[in-house]
Amino acid sequence: MIELINVSSGYNKIEIIKNINIAIEEGSINAIIGKNGCGKTTLLRTASNLLKPLRGEIKIGGKDITGFTNKELAKKISFLPQLRSVPDITVYNLVMHGRYPYLGFSRTPQRQDKKIVEKAIKNMNLEKYINKNVKELSGGERQKVYLAMVLAQNTDIIFLDEPTTYLDINHQLEILEIIKKLKQMGKTIVMVLHDLGNALSYSDKICLMEKGEIAIYDTPQTVFKSREIDRVFNILSAQVAAGDEAKRQYVFCLR
Amino acid sequence: MSILQKYYSRVNLSKNSKSYNVTVIAFLTIILLVGVFLSISIGSAKISLSAIISAMMQRDHSSDIYRIISYVRIPRTAAAVLVGCALSVSGAILQSVLNNSLASPSIIGVNSGAGLFFVLTAAFFPTSIYLSTIAAFAGAILAVFLVYFIAKKTGASRMAIVLSGVAVSSFIGAITDTILTLKPDTLIARAAFIIGGFSGVTMGRVAFAGLLIIFAFIIALILSYDMNVLALGDESARSLGLDVVSIRFFSLTIAAVLAGSAISFAGLIGFVGLIVPHASRFLVGHDNRILLPVSALIGSIFTLLCDLLARVLFAPYEIPVGIIMSFLGGPFFIYLLIKRRRGQLYD
Repeated sequence: MIELINVSSGYNKIEIIKNINIAIEEGSINAIIGKNGCGKTTLLRTASNLLKPLRGEIKIGGKDITGFTNKELAKKISFLPQLRSVPDITVYNLVMHGRYPYLGFSRTPQRQDKKIVEKAIKNMNLEKYINKNVKELSGGERQKVYLAMVLAQNTDIIFLDEPTTYLDINHQLEILEIIKKLKQMGKTIVMVLHDLGNALSYSDKICLMEKGEIAIYDTPQTVFKSREIDRVFNILSAQVAAGDEAKRQYVFCLR
Repeated sequence: MSILQKYYSRVNLSKNSKSYNVTVIAFLTIILLVGVFLSISIGSAKISLSAIISAMMQRDHSSDIYRIISYVRIPRTAAAVLVGCALSVSGAILQSVLNNSLASPSIIGVNSGAGLFFVLTAAFFPTSIYLSTIAAFAGAILAVFLVYFIAKKTGASRMAIVLSGVAVSSFIGAITDTILTLKPDTLIARAAFIIGGFSGVTMGRVAFAGLLIIFAFIIALILSYDMNVLALGDESARSLGLDVVSIRFFSLTIAAVLAGSAISFAGLIGFVGLIVPHASRFLVGHDNRILLPVSALIGSIFTLLCDLLARVLFAPYEIPVGIIMSFLGGPFFIYLLIKRRRGQLYD
């Protein structure tokens, strides 16, 4: 479990997020939503220790995050940033980077590392690209390669910053299904999503942010019914059933 | 079909296979050995392989051949091999760590720092050759630390390092020019230093720098996998547990030691540090674990070849090796640029 207690954080000593109190359950999918510039990514970066909080504490499994070394933390938390430079590297070697925290001084992958990497590649259905250069892949395939790397890193908590942005609808849904699969493996997922419909359909909990603070953190249904989304984004939302009730969809329009 | 074309076709076929990498390294090692033999053998006096071997076995100090080999040819060959290796590996490290294809040792202030300290010793202690060697090395390292210290104040991002390098270089350059204006007799020494070359190197001057180069190269190989992880970008690398700031600092230090050592006895031999890493990537791709040794080999071969041409082309006159390098390297680099149009190497 990951817990943020009275956390304030930002850049150049200017607070972007403040008074954050949140406890994220193990094995759940959590989506952070909110308007541009409300501090979603800052929250993600702070929770994953890429950004030192100005105040407050962050606990992982009850232990303060500052008590972990870089590599210890990398075995507990993985973070997939939104903007990445695309390295000139094969799919296999990139996924192998996920094993970096587990490698010894010689940085030579052991048999077990190779097994885990092969399994991660298989899990993401990337076998046919295994020796391909990441640069030659499409955006959607590339995102799957990065998710395979995260899978190889084998952490309980996974942070994803806008994992579906810039992807076509098919790849978006595929990535979200993969995220569901990660949950079934027992992982805790915290992600920033811009697509409210996807956020409401795929998450167990929604964290709605407004001006650096958490407006509401609850189940999608509770958040939807609270009408907080309408207020924060200044929109009107409605629920429709596509096909049957189980495939609930959401529509949004300007007020 | 040229050798390069043959290799090019193989690059596409099996660039990532281990056997391909081993073939490339073996092939380059053989070329280097042939180059070393030619460099010792060819010159104003031609010496055959058997004569070389017998002279080195007998170690007869009264023999002309032995004296030529051990006091002139071997130091010079060692100098060319070490400088080529050091500057190329330094360039490869910088291009990878700064994620900048235009990076070369001069971009982090190595050349300007070494140049200033060289001019300082030439102005105030004009008779000491050894002092100028050590001073050039110290100047290179100090300039890099200054560049890094300034960049670190702004978070040590890749762009901050490059910009800080440009600013520090131009400032140090101004100091150097001031000294040159006030002490014009240092201009001749400075001109030789800028062009660079291996004439008159002694084993004594090469040995110390050589040890540093070998040591730094081994550290670079140890760091090569971490440099690969760093290429993912700062945030990804950090979330994988890599200490981004330390690895970048260590890598820059290693690059500075390599280039500083080379410059200390050979002067500002430019260009190798820029083009050899690109040519090497063309052969073996971006994985630093294989790229660094291949850059070392190609750099050594290229420098050795250029030095050989510098000695024999207009014998008995000698052309500074830096000039040959640019004459050969420039067109070769253009050839690579045109070849790479297929977009396999760069965005």
